[in-house]
Amino acid sequence: MRDEGRGARGEGIAVRDAPAWTCDRVRFRYPGTSDDVLSDIDIAVPAGACTAVIGPNGSGKSTLLRLLLGLAAPNVGEVRFAGTRAGDWDREAMAREVGVVPQGEEGAFPLTVREMVAMGRYPYLGRWRAEGRDDRRAIAAAMRRCDVSGLSRRPVSTLSGGERQRARLARALAQEPGTLALDEPTVALDIRHEMAIFELLRTLADAGTTVLLVTHNLNLAARYADRLVLLDGGRVAAAGTAGEVLTRERIEDVYGWPVRVVPFDDARGTVPQIVPLGGEACQEMSSGHPIARSAALSNTNDDNDP
Amino acid sequence: MRTPLRLGLLALAALGAVAVSVRVGAVPLGFGEIMEAIAGRGDAGAVTIVRDLRLPRALQAALVGAALAVSGATFQALLRNPLAEPFILGVSGGAAVGAVFTVVLGWALIGPWIMPLAAFAGAILAIVLVLQVAASVGRSLDTHVLLLAGVVIGAFFNACILLALTFADIESFRSAIFWMMGSLSGAGWQGTGVLALYLLPGFLIILGLARPLNLMALGEDTAAYLGASVERIKWTAYGTASLLAAAAVAVSGVIGFVGLIVPHVIRLLWGSDYRFLLPASALVGAVFLVLADTLARTAARPTEIPVGVVTAFVGVPFFLWLLRRGRTV
Repeated sequence: MRDEGRGARGEGIAVRDAPAWTCDRVRFRYPGTSDDVLSDIDIAVPAGACTAVIGPNGSGKSTLLRLLLGLAAPNVGEVRFAGTRAGDWDREAMAREVGVVPQGEEGAFPLTVREMVAMGRYPYLGRWRAEGRDDRRAIAAAMRRCDVSGLSRRPVSTLSGGERQRARLARALAQEPGTLALDEPTVALDIRHEMAIFELLRTLADAGTTVLLVTHNLNLAARYADRLVLLDGGRVAAAGTAGEVLTRERIEDVYGWPVRVVPFDDARGTVPQIVPLGGEACQEMSSGHPIARSAALSNTNDDNDP
Repeated sequence: MRTPLRLGLLALAALGAVAVSVRVGAVPLGFGEIMEAIAGRGDAGAVTIVRDLRLPRALQAALVGAALAVSGATFQALLRNPLAEPFILGVSGGAAVGAVFTVVLGWALIGPWIMPLAAFAGAILAIVLVLQVAASVGRSLDTHVLLLAGVVIGAFFNACILLALTFADIESFRSAIFWMMGSLSGAGWQGTGVLALYLLPGFLIILGLARPLNLMALGEDTAAYLGASVERIKWTAYGTASLLAAAAVAVSGVIGFVGLIVPHVIRLLWGSDYRFLLPASALVGAVFLVLADTLARTAARPTEIPVGVVTAFVGVPFFLWLLRRGRTV
């Protein structure tokens, strides 16, 4: 029943197997600057799977997310969501399709958790309609799912970082979206809260939700995402499965730090895990100088990378 | 469920404030006398006092208070800034230029309506200038640019006022200063009627934006992700809130504090849901300004204290007490 709304404004219903998002030779720079933040981005984000966008600070991850969500328009190329240009989407229609957990959102005024989660119903209620039974059910279900039902009357400002993030995720789920986009959803969370969020995202993806997240946690991305997109300096350095993307040379090259890649047997199969090296292996490298960096790299050939 | 009840009680409080305001003054009147006077019977002096002086003045105070509070609440959500108030986009500066120039140039003699009209024209000029500047920078209406444009254009208008006052004679100087301190003493039926007709659509437009304003308070990106058409909401809300403030300042001069404090009082007592906060702000703003104006004209009889002084003297201690009570929602 949710599929009725998929495909914006008479574009017809998108086929389930078609990608959720496509970027076609996308180039973007902020107005008044001369450097491209993103260039030659050619990717497809598959529907019904979990995709993680990774990359160093400043590699363009959050900008890419803004483009995919239609908040910024590419200077060159095209970003499409469900077949329609992201910028052409009516915001209310898109909010019924995509739930977003933005980074570092800070409300101006005090709100309770219930009030905040209920805002996820705006794309269904618009300006005037009162909450109906379906809305209350969606809100309650989203809160249960994110384990914030017990906090419903608590002011958001009094929540811990983990609780607050779960409340935001609940608001996105209250939108009953077929797609979720998250910008570093587990930043500053302890392992228990971080794992809980990744587990929940995996469960949602297994149930058919398209999940797209930006994250710095390479190891959890390797374990939980079906596909990784590695950005470096505004370009796609690699895209594919964790095994294809997370190789020692590439990670060392992109992040500028010596690492070892070790296999880890997860319930879903064997995935590579990245262990950053310390001590002598990185002494020269940590000065950040490119010449010192190549010297340091030559000292770390003791691992067996494919 | 409890929301309509609360609003009903606040509406009763507004009526009560108007009744008190009509009762007290140089000639105290009983409620019976007031009812008779409204009906046009009884003592001719009382009829004049009630019908021509106190009632229109109380109603105008209510309208101005409501307009300022709703305008302030709107700006606070749009700018995500608790310090925002109705005059933040330079509206009061523009209005003051219009008013002061009519006084200094001696145009005030043309008719009693010329000063509010000039003030309104000045306020509109300020709004247009600020929005124009903000719209010309970047592709969308940037909140920070808007704030800066408001402050800068307000400062320019202040300089214009000071320049005009430098060349003013002592009598014009005095009346210009008094205008800027804000007063409701000029209220008559005609002006109040025009004001009511003007404000009503503005109130309705802003009330219709209650839910989008809730989203805007979370940030513009989040509002867009939740389905709000951010640009359209910003233009509508900035424009309408400024037009409300422009009308208020045109009829009564610069009355500070109402637009800043009233929305916070509602927030501290009952939370920040704009669907309740906006109508409640209108009603509490009305109550507050009606009572403040009553105090302004009675406390130091026969001298009338500027109503802006009263709003600050009464409002500040009350607000500090409320803050110290320390409710988080």
